[in-house]
Amino acid sequence: MKQHSFHRRKILRGMLAGSAVSVGLPILDGMLNNSGDAFAATGKPLPPRFATWFWPLGLGESDWVPKTAGANYELPPQLASLKPYQKKLNLFSGGQVFLDGQANDTHFTGVQGLMTGKVSKTREYYGSVDALVGDVIGTGTRFRSLQVCCSGEVRAGWSAHPQSGLLPAEVSPHALYTRIFGPEFKDPNAATFTPDPEVILRRSVLSGITEDRQKLMQEVGAADKAKLDNYFTSLRSLEQKLEVQLQKPDPLASCSKSAEPKQDDGHILTIAEDAMARHDLFAQLFVHALACDQTRVVNLAISNAFCGLRKAGDATSHHTYTHEEPIDPKLGYQVTCAWFQDKYMKALGDFINVLDSVREGDKSLLDRMVVFAFTDHGAPRLHSVRNYPLMTFGGGNGRMKTGLHVPRPGDALTRVGFTVQQAMGVPVSSWGVGSNKVNSAISEVLT
Amino acid sequence: MTHRFGFLWRTILLATAFSSTVYAAESAAPEIPLSLRISPQEYHKTIADVFGSDIVITGRFEPEKREEGLMAVGARSANISADGIELYDNLARGIAAQVVEPQRRKTLFKCAPRDVATRDDACTRSFLASAGRFLFRRPLTEQELTARVRRAGDVAEKKGDFYAGISAVLSEMLLAPQFLYRIRKVEPDTANPGQNRLDSYSRASMLSSYLWGSAPDDKLLKAAESGELLTAEGLWLQVDRMLSSPNVEGGVRAFFSDMFGFDEFETLSKDATFFPRFTPKVVEQAREQTLRTIVEHVVGERRDYRDLFTTPNTYLTRPLAAIYNVPIVDKADNAQPDRWIRYTYPENDPRAGILSQISFVALHSPAGRTSPTLRGKALREYIMCQAVPAPPGNVDFKLVQDSSNPNLRTARDRLSAHATEAMCTGCHKITDPMGLALETFDSGGGYRTSENDAPINTTGEHRGIKFDGPVGLAKVVRDDPAITTCVAKRSFAFAAGRSPTANDPAWQQIEKQFKDSGYNVIELMRRVATSEMIYAIPAQTASAQPVK
Repeated sequence: MKQHSFHRRKILRGMLAGSAVSVGLPILDGMLNNSGDAFAATGKPLPPRFATWFWPLGLGESDWVPKTAGANYELPPQLASLKPYQKKLNLFSGGQVFLDGQANDTHFTGVQGLMTGKVSKTREYYGSVDALVGDVIGTGTRFRSLQVCCSGEVRAGWSAHPQSGLLPAEVSPHALYTRIFGPEFKDPNAATFTPDPEVILRRSVLSGITEDRQKLMQEVGAADKAKLDNYFTSLRSLEQKLEVQLQKPDPLASCSKSAEPKQDDGHILTIAEDAMARHDLFAQLFVHALACDQTRVVNLAISNAFCGLRKAGDATSHHTYTHEEPIDPKLGYQVTCAWFQDKYMKALGDFINVLDSVREGDKSLLDRMVVFAFTDHGAPRLHSVRNYPLMTFGGGNGRMKTGLHVPRPGDALTRVGFTVQQAMGVPVSSWGVGSNKVNSAISEVLT
Repeated sequence: MTHRFGFLWRTILLATAFSSTVYAAESAAPEIPLSLRISPQEYHKTIADVFGSDIVITGRFEPEKREEGLMAVGARSANISADGIELYDNLARGIAAQVVEPQRRKTLFKCAPRDVATRDDACTRSFLASAGRFLFRRPLTEQELTARVRRAGDVAEKKGDFYAGISAVLSEMLLAPQFLYRIRKVEPDTANPGQNRLDSYSRASMLSSYLWGSAPDDKLLKAAESGELLTAEGLWLQVDRMLSSPNVEGGVRAFFSDMFGFDEFETLSKDATFFPRFTPKVVEQAREQTLRTIVEHVVGERRDYRDLFTTPNTYLTRPLAAIYNVPIVDKADNAQPDRWIRYTYPENDPRAGILSQISFVALHSPAGRTSPTLRGKALREYIMCQAVPAPPGNVDFKLVQDSSNPNLRTARDRLSAHATEAMCTGCHKITDPMGLALETFDSGGGYRTSENDAPINTTGEHRGIKFDGPVGLAKVVRDDPAITTCVAKRSFAFAAGRSPTANDPAWQQIEKQFKDSGYNVIELMRRVATSEMIYAIPAQTASAQPVK
C-alpha cells in the first residue's frame, strides 16, 4: 500500500483500518493476467472509472495561475493541499465559457457551458460530461452512476442524463451505504454465488410495466410519448440493475464492504467543517463502490454554487463573502474566501488520496480513472465566466498524461470536457454548441 | 466585518409587473405534454386516502421543478430519471409491504384467500381491481388486470404466500407510469364534431388533484364512468360535492404550499449559535402554522383572501411561541408541548398576517442574517407574480466594501450606500422598501428593534402609499390588486398545468367572479374547476389523438 502523509486524513485512515478492509491490497496475482491489467479468468480488461468533483466559487481572482506551463510548475498557494498529488494532476487555466449573446445566469450558465457544452437562456441542462462517459463505461454495473452532495442539497448536483435531465443527489452517507452495501450487495469475492430468488421475482413482476408500454404510447401525443420514453429508459436501468445482481461478478481482491456510517438523515449542513466531514464519508463509500465495481462513475458536489456554508459562529456565508469581502490590500486576495477554498482543496486532496491508496495490479485505482474537478466561476467576486480553474487527476487507465499545467487563455472551456471524454473512450469527434463547440482535444495531455 | 447585507446580486429587479407577456408565448412554443408527474404531496395524500394514513412513507422523491411560478406547472416536463426510479421503487416496496401486514388485511381486503400459502386469483383480482382503480385513477383494463393477477399468483406460488404476491404486484403498480403520472387522454368531442376533448377520467383526476390534492374517490370515478362529468350540470354537482367535503383542506394545503414556495423548507436551517430555538421541529411547525392559518381563513371562515396578509389570527405551539416571544397558555394538557393553540395578536402588535410568520421572514433569509432583498424578491415573485430578472454579471461592489465604515450598521444603511450606484438605484427602489419594513424580524423570525445597536427604520413607500413597519407593509400589500390577480392566476395554473390567457373573456369572467365573491378562494376554485378553460386541449398538444 502506498503511504501518504495524512493530515486530517487520519480520520480516513482510521476508518480504513477500522473497517478491516482489503483496500490497499493488490489484486491477487492469480486473478490477473501477466501484464496485470486484465482478469486472468476472463481476459476482460480492468474497468476504467470516472469521477467529477464540484466545489463552489472558484479560487478567487487570477493569482492562482502558475507562472510556467508544462511539467514541474510551481503550485500556487491556493492548491498547496494538492502538492502530494501534483504528479497525478493536470491544471487547466485560462479557459472560458462563451455566452454567445445569452445573459450570464450567474452560478449556472458557466457550469451549463462547461459540463453540457451548450449555453442557453433557459435552465436547460441535459447530458453532462459524466453522463456521456457513463454511457460508455458505466452500463454493465449495478449503478450507472452515483451522485452526492455534502451540504445536504438534493438538487445541488451537476450530473444530468442526456434525455431525462438532472439527477438527484444523495445527501445521507448512511442511505448511500445502504444502497450500495445493503442486503442487495453481492460480494464479488464470495466463494459461492447463488442468484437471489427475490431478485428474479422482482424482475419478472416489473415486466408488467413494460407490457403496458405499447398501449400507453398509443394513447398520448408526441410530447407525452417522449416523456414516457424517458420513463421506460429509466425503468430499463432499474431492470439492468437487477440483471447485474443475478450474474456472478468477477472477483476483485481490492473490494470489500465499506464501514457502515452511523445513521443520519442527510439534513442540511451550513457549517463548512460539517460538510467536509460528510465529504470524507462519501469519499470512503465511493472508493469502496468503485473498488467493488458497483459503479464506474461517481459525482460529488460540495454544495450548491450559491454556497451557504459558513465558518462556525459566523453569520455570513461563503457566497456572500465572495461579493462583500474586500481584497486585502497587502495580501491581494479575499482572506475569508481563501479560508473556504482551502477547506475544499484539502477535501479534494483527501478524495484523491483515498482513490490513490487502492491498488489494482500494477496501478492504483486513481491511475485507472480520471477525476474531473470543476467550479462555477472564474473570479466569483465578479461572476466571471473567464479563466476557470479546472483540474483532472489520474491517468485514465493509461490514456492521459499527468503532472502538467495547461494554460489556454481565451480558449473554449468545453475543450477540457471534450478531452476528458476522448480519454475515457467516448466516440465523439466534436462537442458543444456555437462558440463553445470544439472538435479537437488538448493533445498534450493525451497519450 | 460590518457589511452584512445579503444577496445584493439579486437586486437587479425590473418593474415587470404582471402583464400580458406572462401569458404570451403559447403559439410559438413546442408541443407541451398533457400528462403531469404527481407531486410528493399528492403521492402521500393518495396513499393515505387509499390505504390509510397510518402507512409510513419513508424515503425521498425525485426533486420537483418550478415553471411559471408553480411546481404544478413544472410537473408537465418533470421526468423520472434513472436515480429517481430507484427512489420510487424503494417507496413503492415500503408501502406495499405495509399494506399486506396482518393487522391491515381485515380493513383493506374485501376477501380472504382460501389458502394463505398459495394463489387465489379471485381474491387477488378483487383487491387489485379495487386498489388499481384508485391508483390509476380509472378502472384497470382487462389486459392490465389479468396480467397482474397472473403474476401475483406466480409469486404467491413460488413464495408460498398469497400476500407476498399481492405485495409484489402492488409495488409494481406504485412504480407504473399510470400511477406516477396523471396521464390525460383525449377523445372525440361528440358535442363538437371534428374536435377532441379530454376524456372523463382525465377530468376526474384533474378535479381531485386540484380540489383535494389526491386521487379521485369512488363517487367521482362513478361520475366519470357515467359521463356525468362531461356535462355542465354533472360537473357543477361534483365540484360542489367536493368543495363541501373536508378533503378540500388537502387541495388548499397543496396549492398554497406550492404557490408560496414551501419546498424551500427542505433546505431551511439556521445557525444554532445565533438561533438556538430554531430547531428542526420549529421548521416543521412553522410550515404547519401558516397552512393552519390559511386553512382556517380560507376554508373554515371563507374570508377575503386579502385579509390573510393582515389577520391577527394564527395557531401556535409552545416552541413557536418561544420564537415569537408570545405568552401562550395551554389550559388543556400540559403534557403536550406541541399542541396547536389558536392565538390572536393584540391590537398594535408588530406582527399580523402571514408575512410576519417564520414561513416568510425566516424562509427567505440566509442561515445567519437577514436579507431585505431576498424578502422583497420573494414577495414580488411568490405573492405578486412579478418576475425578478437574473442579476447581471460583473456587479462592482467596491463602493460598499469599506468594512471600516462605522456609519453602515443597519441593512438600510448598507443598501442605501449600494444604491448610490446608478445601475442599482432604480431596482432598489422597487424591492427594498418592502424587505426593509420586515427588518424588525431577524433571520430566525424573532422580533428586534435595533441592529448593531442602531435603531431599525422600517418606513417605506409602495404604490405611492407611505407605510411604517411590518403591519403597515401588510396593509399596503393587502390593498395591492397584484395579490388577487396573482392568486387567481396561480390557482388556475395549479388546476390546468398552464397559466391562463389574460385577454380571454372567459378568464376575465373568472377574475370578476372572484372579486364579486369578496375574494373567496373556495369560490375561485369553484369557478376554475367548472370552467371549460382548464379542460381545453392547448394548441401545442395537437399530436395527442383519441384512443383508437
